[in-house]
Amino acid sequence: MLSPEIKGAVRLGEVVKSASTVCTVQCYQLEGAPPLGSFVRAGGGPATATADAVYGVVAAISAEPLEPGRPVLARGEAAVSEEEVYRSSPQLARLLTSRFEMLLIGRQAREGFQAALPPVPPRIHTFVYGCTKEEIVGCTERLGFLPLLLDAGSLASAEVVAACLRTAAEVYPDRGQFLLRAGRALAGELSGDLPALNSILRRIIL
Amino acid sequence: MTHGLQRDQNGGLLPGAPVGLVVGGSLTQGVEVRLDGAATVEDIKAGTFLTIQGGRQRYFGVVTDIALGSSDPRMKHTPPQPGEDFLVQVLSGIVAYGAVTVMPSVTLPSVLGDEESPPPAKTIPPHFARAYTAAPRDVELVFGREDENHFWIGNPLDMETKLCLDLDKLVQRSIGIFGKSGTGKTFLTRLLLVGILQRNRASSIIFDMHSEYGWSGQDADRRRVVKGLKQLFPSQVSTFTLDEASSRRRGSPVDEVVGISYGDVEPEDLLTLRETLNLSEVAAGAGFNLERKFGPGKWLREFLARQGQDDVKELAEDVGINQQALLTLHRRLSQLTRYEFFTDQAPKDAAVQIIEHAEKGRHVALEFGRYGNDPTAYVLVSTLLCRRIHKRYIDLKEQAAGGGGREPRPLVLVIEEAHKFLSPAIASQTIFGIIARELRKYNVTLMVIDQRPAAIDSEVMSQLGTLLTCRLDNEKDVEAVLAGTPGARQLRTVLSRLESRQQALLFGDALPMPVVVRTREYGSEGSYAELGRKAGLQPDAHQGETAAQRLEREIKELF
Repeated sequence: MLSPEIKGAVRLGEVVKSASTVCTVQCYQLEGAPPLGSFVRAGGGPATATADAVYGVVAAISAEPLEPGRPVLARGEAAVSEEEVYRSSPQLARLLTSRFEMLLIGRQAREGFQAALPPVPPRIHTFVYGCTKEEIVGCTERLGFLPLLLDAGSLASAEVVAACLRTAAEVYPDRGQFLLRAGRALAGELSGDLPALNSILRRIIL
Repeated sequence: MTHGLQRDQNGGLLPGAPVGLVVGGSLTQGVEVRLDGAATVEDIKAGTFLTIQGGRQRYFGVVTDIALGSSDPRMKHTPPQPGEDFLVQVLSGIVAYGAVTVMPSVTLPSVLGDEESPPPAKTIPPHFARAYTAAPRDVELVFGREDENHFWIGNPLDMETKLCLDLDKLVQRSIGIFGKSGTGKTFLTRLLLVGILQRNRASSIIFDMHSEYGWSGQDADRRRVVKGLKQLFPSQVSTFTLDEASSRRRGSPVDEVVGISYGDVEPEDLLTLRETLNLSEVAAGAGFNLERKFGPGKWLREFLARQGQDDVKELAEDVGINQQALLTLHRRLSQLTRYEFFTDQAPKDAAVQIIEHAEKGRHVALEFGRYGNDPTAYVLVSTLLCRRIHKRYIDLKEQAAGGGGREPRPLVLVIEEAHKFLSPAIASQTIFGIIARELRKYNVTLMVIDQRPAAIDSEVMSQLGTLLTCRLDNEKDVEAVLAGTPGARQLRTVLSRLESRQQALLFGDALPMPVVVRTREYGSEGSYAELGRKAGLQPDAHQGETAAQRLEREIKELF
C-alpha cells in the first residue's frame, strides 16, 4: 500500500494536543491515520510549508471513542461481515476517531529543513498534512533528525524508527545505499547501546 | 563515498589517503588512531608510516600495533549472525572499529630548509587530528633523499620510495647487523659496505669468514653466485687471503697472501680464545707466565716445541702453573701448528700491508678460505690483526692531534660471529671489546654481524650506534637488540613480525627513527649496474659553502 505522502500533500487532521516534542493529531477520517513511521507536517498549506511548519514521524496510532466515558460495544454478532457492522450503524464514524502521535523531528527554516525542535509547539488545531517526496528528501538527506527521533523515548520504538527509515528509503533512487548510510548514522547515535541498535537494524531489513 | 578514490588498482591505500582520527594515547605508548570507514585494519601493517596533521605541526610516525575495538563491550556476546550482511556493514567502522597505535617519531615542518633534518617529536598530536598514509615526499623529508651522504638501503613496506641511511652518522659509531641464520644478514652487510664504498665515507677491513664479500658470494635461495665487492669496485677493493688454494679455486684474484708468525701471538690473545678453545681461566692466563719465561715473540713457538707430557709438566713446574691446566693449553694450542698460514717468520707483515691498503682509501677483504669453518683460526687472526691496526690508529690520531699528520681515515672493521669475540666473559679483555668501547675516538668502528646478539656483552651492545636487524625468534636476542632503545616494547612487536627474508628493522644514529625496510635487491645485473655506479649522484658544485657564501653567490647569479 502506498503511503499517503507518496501520493501528495493530503490533509490528514489537526493537532489536538501539543507539546514541545510530541503532538497528538486527530484524524478527520476514522481510518485516516497514515502508516506508522510516515512523515507528516503540521502547519503551512497543502502545497507549501511556511516558516512555522514542523515535521514529525507518525507513532502510536489509535482508534477510540470520541468520548472516553462511552466505551465501544461489540455489535456484530448478527452481522455477516465487518462491513455490515459499519453499514448498519452509520453513527459509528461520528462516535469513533483515529489519533496518532506526531514525534517532532524538525522545523521549516528559511534555508530549508532544520533538525531542531520549534521554539513553541504547534498551535492546537494546526492542520496536519502528509509529506510529499520532496519534503521527505528534505527531512532525511542529512539524517540529523535521528537524534531527535531517538530522544522521543518509549514512543520511538525500534519499530517506529525502522519503519520511518524504510519509508524514507522509498523516495531515494538507491534504497540500499540510503539504508546503509542511515544505519551507520544510527550506529553512531547508539554506539553504546548495541541491543537497541541491533533491534532497529534487524527491523530495517525486514 | 570516497572509498574508490583512495585506493590503487591493487586495492591498497594510496599515499596521502586519510585513515582515521587520533582518539587517545601518550608520548611513551604512542597515539591511538581510530580507523574510519575508508581504511580497515587490513590496509595497515605493523611498520607502515603514517603522518598526522596536528594543529601546528605535522607528525611522522610508524604503526607499532593494530587492534580491533568496540564501542560496546556487549558486541562480543551478540555479534551479527551469518547472513546479516547489512548489520556487518553498518557496525563496521562505527561500533566495531579498527585502531592502530602510531609512534610519532619526528615532526615535519611545512617548509624544510636544505640542511635541516626534521626534529624528533617531543609531543603528540591533539585529539581528532587526522592521520594519513605517508607520501613518498614525507619519507624523503624524514630519511633524506639519495645523495652524496645518503645511501638507498631499501624501501619502506608497501612503498616504492627509496629509504636512505645517513652514511656519515653510520660510520661514526659501531654498527650491529643481527638476524637468525638465512634472514639476509650477509646481503644487508654487502649493501652497507657498497654504500660506504660508493660514497667513499671510510675504509673497511672485512674479516670474511666464509669468503662471501670479497670476490663473490652465494645466494642460497636462488642458487646463484652473486658478485662480491671486488667485482663491483675493482679499483677500490683489495682481497687478501689466508688460504691461497681456496681463493684460486674460486677464481678470486688475490692481492696478497697473508702469513702469520708465531711471534705475533701475544698472551692476551689466549684470553680472546678462551671460549673458542674452552680454556679455564688459569690455562688462558698461562700465556703471561710463558712470555715471562721465554720472552716476547718467542713464547708460543717454544711452548709448542715441547713434546710429550713430561716435558710440559716440567715446564709447568718451572713457570708455576697447574700442570693439568698447562697440559690442556698445550693440547689445544697444538692445532695452531696445523694452520698453513702460521709460520716461524711470515715473509711480509700482514697487518702493515692491510693498514697500507686502508690508508690509501682501499677496502680490504680478508678471505679465510677453508679456515672460515675453524672458529679458532678466525678469532685468532682477526684479533692479531685488529690489535695491530688499533695501535697504528692510536698513533696516527695522536700524531694528528699533535699537529704532526692528518686525521686517519675512518675505518670500519667487519667481523662475523661477533659473540665469539664479544661475549660478556671476555669482552672487557679483548681488543674488540676495547674497539667497541673507545676506538670511535680514533676513527675506528666495528661492524658486528651475528645471529645471537644475546651472547654479546651488553656493554658492547649499548655502544652500537646503528642497528640493522633481520628476523630474530629468540626472546633473549630480541631483548638484547632492543635494550635501552626508546619504544622498545613497540619495536618488539614490529621485530617479531618481520618476514623471514629481505626485511629488516633499522634504528639508531643513521636514521631519525626506527624503520622496517624491504632491503634493496642485490644480485641481478640491473642491481649491479646501480650499485657499482658512482655517478647518478648529482655532485653539488656548491657543497660546503657557508650560508653567507651561498647568499653572495645567489645575489651574483641574480644580477
